[in-house]
Order: sequence, then structure tokens, then C-alpha cells
Amino acid sequence: MPHRSNIGKRINVSHPILLSFLTHSHAPKLSVSDKMASGEVKLIGAWASPFVMRPRVALNLKSVPYEFLQETFGSKSELLLKSNPVHKKIPVLLHADKPVCESNIIVEYIDETWSSSGPSLLPSLPYDRAMARFWAAYIDEKWFVALRNFLKAEGEEEKKAVIAEFEEGNALLEKAFIDCSKGKPFFNGDHIGYLDISLGSFLAWLRVTELAASYKLLDEAKTPSLCKWADHFCNDPAVKPVMPETAKLAEFAKKIFAKPQA
Amino acid sequence: ETLASERERVIERSAMAEKGEDVKLLGFWASPFTRRVEMALKLKGVPYDYLEQDIVNKSPLLLQLNPVYKKVPVLVHKGKHIPESHLILEYIDQTWKQNPILPQDPYEKAMALFWAKFVDEQVGPVGFKAVVKAEKGIEVAIEEARELFTFLEKEVTGKDFFGGKTLGFLDMVAGSMIPFCIARSWEGMGIDMIPEDKFPELNRWIKNLKEVEIVRECIPPKEKQIEHMKKVAERIKSA
Repeated sequence: MPHRSNIGKRINVSHPILLSFLTHSHAPKLSVSDKMASGEVKLIGAWASPFVMRPRVALNLKSVPYEFLQETFGSKSELLLKSNPVHKKIPVLLHADKPVCESNIIVEYIDETWSSSGPSLLPSLPYDRAMARFWAAYIDEKWFVALRNFLKAEGEEEKKAVIAEFEEGNALLEKAFIDCSKGKPFFNGDHIGYLDISLGSFLAWLRVTELAASYKLLDEAKTPSLCKWADHFCNDPAVKPVMPETAKLAEFAKKIFAKPQA
Repeated sequence: ETLASERERVIERSAMAEKGEDVKLLGFWASPFTRRVEMALKLKGVPYDYLEQDIVNKSPLLLQLNPVYKKVPVLVHKGKHIPESHLILEYIDQTWKQNPILPQDPYEKAMALFWAKFVDEQVGPVGFKAVVKAEKGIEVAIEEARELFTFLEKEVTGKDFFGGKTLGFLDMVAGSMIPFCIARSWEGMGIDMIPEDKFPELNRWIKNLKEVEIVRECIPPKEKQIEHMKKVAERIKSA
């Protein structure tokens, strides 16, 4: 069980039993002499944020212990403001007190810093890397925006338009999955990687949206490969501990999207 | 450059052409996103065919090569097409190893990627579009833009370039976007956005940039671009 400190809301995931639960059984030991990888790792974030989930999955895949510093919803800590003065947003990775911001940039940083541990998160060929980054950017700039718009859409017309946009995106991602995975279970091949993490981190919110709207946003009939992939992703041991529970997230969503009293 | 090294480059270029390393770049002359890719190709000594695009009446080729965003630039290499300038820069850096563009150190690289994203997603829009629209008045728009430039001022302090001693990824991104694109719009509007007394380091960096041959080769002609930015501003205001 994670040790919960009474001071603040820190969860120490370097507890040996939890760590062994999180790691792949044959992940190589971190080399002590590996200068790049040394130094304490902390992550400023929040359990419900899909962007925060990304570095958490990456750190799990690389078997890197870290301290999770949870922000209180509605306020920003001094440490966050100091570590990310430009955007004042989570996640922020602190590695030996040096901050790295922007979730996808953090995932790449983790991949390169702990390159000798766990699977490679990005493809090795330059074109494949470019495609992984391309789709990850597309997911944030278009796909997720369509998902958010769906939650906000009012009236049948608007909902229809947003659904059409969203399903167009899904069709693109279905094809991208087939191209990138080359018959393997993940975008990254045999193991979860950068692009899997980028899309997979939104699955809990997707489920919450489906429940709220009583509409299947990820449909086996329309995007069979993506649905299979989603299953694999959610069941991965690096993902399970950090994927928010649908019910808990739905409660949280109700709270933050509650319309203010007139 | 010495005659010997220039000769080496010519030989290398013909060797590359023979290997079928045909590189094509679909671009637009006034686009900072296109210009930075040209800087990278020139830095690496990679020969390429430049295909100027009409970005209003888009060609079937452009729509075919970038179906998702339908934008320039797109790099075509060995039958593969890569859109999005940041991705193209990284692709170029990983494919041709001479004269590295991105830092080797993971932390330095993360910083370069972070600031490049900041330049394109914040500095560009706030420094140009928001100033044109001036929704809260021009004074406020300039102040808000200058707040962002303050971050960059800090980043380049004490360095010849963002990349250190030589031109790097962030220099190409910020250089193409700021002094050789949105600054032309400020000139057209009569705004002194980053005066020397307030932004000495950024101004020094711009001077350094102008002394690099490959950068000079990739600067859109000034008067033509000032006119172009004025037209773009009109479109923004009337939207």
C-alpha cells in the first residue's frame, strides 16, 4: 500500500513493494554510474489530469521511482509557480530540482534520460519518430479539443457537428494505428510508447464523457483496432495504477463542470 | 569558409544527389515555418528542390502531402512526406548527422523544445495577431507581448545564440518567427516592440543572427514582407 505522508499530500511511490508491482519483471536495474539518470525525481501533478498521467506512465515503464506532489484543485503551489513560471501548469517534472514542462516533452525527456532502462518509448527511425510526434500533437490540438467540445456542446445541431468532427479524427487515428503498429498491439509496437501514452491518457475522460452523454465515442464497429488497443493499454501494469477510476473521475467531473448557481 | 571546405561541400552534394537523396520542400516565401526548414537544410548542406506554394488556392500536391492540416511546409524525402516545421527540423537533424541542430543533452533538448513551442504557440500569436486586434487597446497588447519577450530575453542572456556558440533549433524557430516575420509587422505598424534599452540581449542575438550566411539566405525580402504582413493584418481585423 502506498505510504501516505501526513504532511501535505505526497505519495511516495518508491516504497519497495509498490515499486515492484509497478515495474516490468525483467526491467534492467538502473546503472548507479549513469550520470544522466541520477538525481531525485519529483512530479508535480494531479490524479485527474490526463497530461499528468503521461509522465507517470513513462516513469513506470522505465521503473523510475518518483515523489508525486499533488496540487490541490483550484490553487497553485509556490513550487509549481516557481517551476513553471511561463505556463503555471501541471505536469512539471523535477529532476535533481531542474524543471521540465509540457507532458509530451517530459515523456521524451524520460525516454532519453533513462534510455538504458525499460523499453524505448519512441521509434528509432527518424520518419517513424516524426509520425509518432505528429499524431501526438494532432491528438492534443484537434482530437482532444473535439472531445472537450462534445462535453460543452448544447443542442442537437451542435452535438451532431462535434460528433462528426470527433469521428473524423477517430478514423484518422484508426488508420494511424494500423500504420504505426504494423500488426503489434501498440502504436509503438510490442510495448507502450510515446504515442500510446499520448492517446491513452485521455481514455478515462473519454469513458466519463461517454457515460455523461450516453453515447459511444469509441465504437468497435467503426474503430475496431483502436478499441482493442484501448483494452491493451488500460490493462498494462504501467498504466493501471495511474489510470483514474471512471466512477471517481465522473464525480470529479460533475464537481468541476457544475454550472454556477444563478 | 575556405575553398577546400567549399569544394568538399560541392562533392558531398553531388554524392547525395547520386544516392537519390532527392529532397523537396513545399513552402511559402513569407512563412517563418518554411524559412526555418530552409535554414536547417542549408546548415546541413542538403540540396533540395524548393516548390513555392499558393497557400490560398492550394495545389493538389499540397493537399495530398498534408491532408490533415493542408499547410506548408512539407518535406519530401525518399518518398516520405513530413509536415510541421518542428518535426521536419528534428527529422533533418536525425537524418543528416553533420552540424547538429538540437542539443545532445536530454535536458537541454527538452528546454529547446519547450521554448520553441512557446515561440510558435504564444509569442507568435500574442506578438502579432493580438497586437493587430488590440482588443484591450494597443498599449495593453504591447505590454502583454513584451511580457513574453522578457522570458526569451532571459533565455538568451550571456549566449551568442539560444543554442550556445552556434545556431541551433531554437534560433531557427525564434529567428524565423520574430525578427524576420512578426517584427516586419511591427515595422509596418510603427511599433518598437523590443527596443534595445529594454531588450539588449535579444537585440544582440538578432545582430548575431544577421551575420550568419545561411540565415541571411533565408530572410524574406523586407519591403515585400512588410506589405504582406499588412495584408494579413487587414484580413485578421476584418475576420
